[in-house]
Amino acid sequence: MTAPCLTIKNMTMAYGDFVIQRDLDFTINRGDIFIIMGGSGCGKSTLLMHLIGLQHPAKGDVFYGEESLWQADHKTRQRILQRTGVLFQTGALLSSMTLAENVALPITEHTRLGSQRIREIVSYKLALVGLAGFEDYYPSEISGGMQKRAGLARAMALDPEILFVDEPSAGLDPVSAKLLDDLIRSLRDNLGATIVMVTHELASIFAIGTNSVFLDPETKTMIASGSPKQLLAESSDPKVIRFLTRGETESRTENATENQETCDL
Amino acid sequence: MTVMTVNNAPCEINVSRKENALEAAIVGDWVLDAEIPDLEAVLAQLGEGTDIKRLVFSTKALGRWDSLLMTELIRLIDYGAKQGIQVDTSTLPEGIQGLLSLVYAVPERVGARRQEIRTPWLEVIGQGGLRIYKDSQALVVFIGETALSVAALMRGKARFRWVDLWTYIQDCGPSALPIVTLISLLVGLILAFVGAVQLALFGAQIYIADLVGLGMTREMGGLMTAIIMSGRTGAAYAAQLGTMQVNSEIDALKTMGFEPMEFLVLPRILALILIMPLLCLYADLMGIVGGALVTVNFFDVSLVQYLDRTAAAIHMADFSIGIFKCAVFGVLIALSGCMRGMQCGRSASAVGDAATSAVVTGIVFIVIADSLMTVMCNRLGI
Repeated sequence: MTAPCLTIKNMTMAYGDFVIQRDLDFTINRGDIFIIMGGSGCGKSTLLMHLIGLQHPAKGDVFYGEESLWQADHKTRQRILQRTGVLFQTGALLSSMTLAENVALPITEHTRLGSQRIREIVSYKLALVGLAGFEDYYPSEISGGMQKRAGLARAMALDPEILFVDEPSAGLDPVSAKLLDDLIRSLRDNLGATIVMVTHELASIFAIGTNSVFLDPETKTMIASGSPKQLLAESSDPKVIRFLTRGETESRTENATENQETCDL
Repeated sequence: MTVMTVNNAPCEINVSRKENALEAAIVGDWVLDAEIPDLEAVLAQLGEGTDIKRLVFSTKALGRWDSLLMTELIRLIDYGAKQGIQVDTSTLPEGIQGLLSLVYAVPERVGARRQEIRTPWLEVIGQGGLRIYKDSQALVVFIGETALSVAALMRGKARFRWVDLWTYIQDCGPSALPIVTLISLLVGLILAFVGAVQLALFGAQIYIADLVGLGMTREMGGLMTAIIMSGRTGAAYAAQLGTMQVNSEIDALKTMGFEPMEFLVLPRILALILIMPLLCLYADLMGIVGGALVTVNFFDVSLVQYLDRTAAAIHMADFSIGIFKCAVFGVLIALSGCMRGMQCGRSASAVGDAATSAVVTGIVFIVIADSLMTVMCNRLGI
């Protein structure tokens, strides 16, 4: 379970001369639910863009297993990225297609399955995220939470080894957010996939995160990494503690035990 | 991670009877690109008139698996459930059990699935008629609302930002000059060529000036400007307002107490009404220049002669008619662009539809209005 799945080596991210984050060095292990956290505007989503091949790093590289993502030619990069799935913040479903067509899109593109089989897989994926029977709906006809789950179904269409998730609980009510967290965790457990999640929802971070990295917008680098619960209990960095306790530093110990309890459930 | 090309063990499903239970042994690698065995044989055993009461699985020889196996299992389970057979999934690997419980965790919502309904052709025609009726109703409502906001403007009560008006004027005026120059120059050129071929037969090349001058000022200058602006500005208006609709910006304005018709639509319409006559005048000039280029270079008429003839041929009335028409076109373009934008749905494709339909509506309106006005001018003798 501890084979490195994704390694970020000495990476610097920048828009032109404007550096977002520098000297990022961390490893994501297979089977992890890896949390990328930090305050607003620290470059969490930008980091995700670099990991999924949408943005070129200013320096350094990303390794999928042993393979470099950014040294590779276009074709190799496509092949590497085909083993990943991405759930975007708002679902990013194509609005001119039904849910079934959205989920079927990557399958028809990358496999040679017949249309009947694709239909079965699409129904299975939609049922998996609790959207059985919604095949013929357009994204605009369903709620935001459902759009997000449909986005998850599309991200998982090709049984990815790594699933990237951008702010899964943003814009969802706490119950739906928790259900989505549970769904992501059980998908990890049952499919053996690795999850990389960008979020600043403390509830999610403590509930499902097994490893994490904390990005700081002021020093423009990562200032902590490790299991979120361990960070909360052991970190000596005031910024990390302030983030993990929502600024209520004195409640640190209570919070830690409380979270421990909820997680044991 | 680097394992890409492994030879998959062929996947099989073997069934064996054990009293009234059927054991399905799943063998091999069940991955998406594998050749899968036909399930019909298994399904047939579970079919009508069978005395099988239970279906159990054996997965000792199962290799890798993914969505393919899952879909097949779901098919078996659903079929079994329909036949009243007890399906025992407890011998399946933990991962598969977990996924299955997820799949069946949320039962399909009753009534969610959509049946494809065939509409009879009479209904299709009827629906089309109703749509046209509703569309024209919406058009009248929109014109009425625009009139109300213009009335508010007259009373000095319309609320919009004057800086917006200047931005729109900049957008639809000076920024449109290059394309208007190009098109009008070429239209003038074409008019001159078309006319010259006929007029040269009679040695009457000098009258190319009349043809181009009258053609541009009365008709083509305004019409071409209107068509350019419909594609350029009308579509832009629809897309801008449509995107604002998608982002709930229009709702935000309403809650802040702004009337979207005044705040968004009025300045856009004003900008086009103010700018279109000027653009038309400019297009007239460019058309005449285009005509002069052809006539002077190819048909033995001097520039002075050409200009003199042009001055004699066109009168103030011709200019006024052209400019008036163009102002009317401006209103129509702005109306259709803003109307489609405000009616836009809330998805990305709806914005595209709005822009398309703004241009189509705009051009239809322009051509109809132009015909009407030309007939009227003819009847009135101007």
